[in-house]
Amino acid sequence: MSDASGKSYTRGQDEAGHIQTVSTRWSWRDTLGACAVRWCVRRRTYTVVPGLYAVGTPTPESPLLVSANYKLSFDHLRRALEGLSAWIVVLNTDGINVWCAAGKGTFGTEELVTRLEAVSAAKHMSHRTVVVPQLGAPGVAAHEVRRRSGFQVVYGPVYAKDLPAFLRAGLQATPQMRRVGFSLRERLAVTPVEGVQRLLPALIILTLFVASAGLGRHGYRDLLEQWPWITLAVGSNFVTGLVLVPALLPGLPGRAFAMKGAAAGVLLGLALAWFWPFGHAAALSVGVLSVGACSFLGLMFTGCTPYTSASGVRSELRWALPLQGALMLVGLAGWLVSRFI
Amino acid sequence: MKMQYLKNVVTLRLDPLHCGGCGRCVEVCPHGVFKIEEKKAFLAARDACMECGACARNCPVDAIFVKNGMGCAVGILNAKLGRTSSCCGESQACCCSTQPEEK
Repeated sequence: MSDASGKSYTRGQDEAGHIQTVSTRWSWRDTLGACAVRWCVRRRTYTVVPGLYAVGTPTPESPLLVSANYKLSFDHLRRALEGLSAWIVVLNTDGINVWCAAGKGTFGTEELVTRLEAVSAAKHMSHRTVVVPQLGAPGVAAHEVRRRSGFQVVYGPVYAKDLPAFLRAGLQATPQMRRVGFSLRERLAVTPVEGVQRLLPALIILTLFVASAGLGRHGYRDLLEQWPWITLAVGSNFVTGLVLVPALLPGLPGRAFAMKGAAAGVLLGLALAWFWPFGHAAALSVGVLSVGACSFLGLMFTGCTPYTSASGVRSELRWALPLQGALMLVGLAGWLVSRFI
Repeated sequence: MKMQYLKNVVTLRLDPLHCGGCGRCVEVCPHGVFKIEEKKAFLAARDACMECGACARNCPVDAIFVKNGMGCAVGILNAKLGRTSSCCGESQACCCSTQPEEK
């Protein structure tokens, strides 16, 4: 068995069959990488080579755990195993996390069975039990894995941090370990990624509104006078939709995300309309546009949650999109008309 | 804090006649939808289902049906617009990415 002298886990099992031992500590590179991917930097290429890895000094009796080859998934797993000895088999999920890859099927029965075979798992283990993360279950059929590989699948806890307790209890999860949460921290974890991805559209929208401010009688003068306010309005909508709605999610009224977004939008719209210094018509339009925009951004946040169903989102889209579209049209019309009165 | 999504929208169905009471559904469900009583599973919290499909996939007797998909507006809209270059699609899953694949 080779030692963890290499800083990055890019080797897995080499040709001679040596298994790389990985540390349970994060290096500064791991921390930096984890921060970077949270901001969309190198996210698609942040991978580990699929294969068999060792943590601590595992024996044939040590537990066999499964992970995806998104490095952040793998890093969270190994960090949770501080002081323990285990085997980790990393599946090839094209660098996608366990949960998303399971939905796609790349983290699935086929890949698990063939990967267990490819790394000769049966030769390294004296037991025939494999611990698959619970969030991988949408892709893995436990009974088929058993039939095809001889390995009995036990689903581990949702969160890697619960693994030590789960292993100590003899592969028993408490009901609490089986439940997925959505804490404030988790709700805001994807905000930077979303923010980076929506930055360009937001800048385009901002540019269009600033340009349209110059359409009226006083043209260029209006534009110069109003651009800070327009920037404030677009910026505060951006922050409300991407930060406040996720942060305040449980406290916002309604179950539908379009409703929750709209509620935040009403508050923001009222504030903006109240202080808007360039006429009532424009103020009202800004308010209406804010409600529509925040409602839309709220709806878009459904993809970042672990509890919205596709059927639910589809039903929401049916009534919310037309309403949001109507609000936007009314708001835009008011905004344009207000240029000329 | 427990958050609840819309009522009465999910496609989840359980056939109690076929259920053997193995408890896999209880094990895999991240929202505690299933409970076992008298060696049969039942839907204790159907509205908490997010249609991930883990229960149906792991039911050894096919007693569970759910039309699985991601509850992601971006993905559903992309699928409707016929965009396949994006990683979000209705029958695919990629919770938090709307970025096209980097080449």
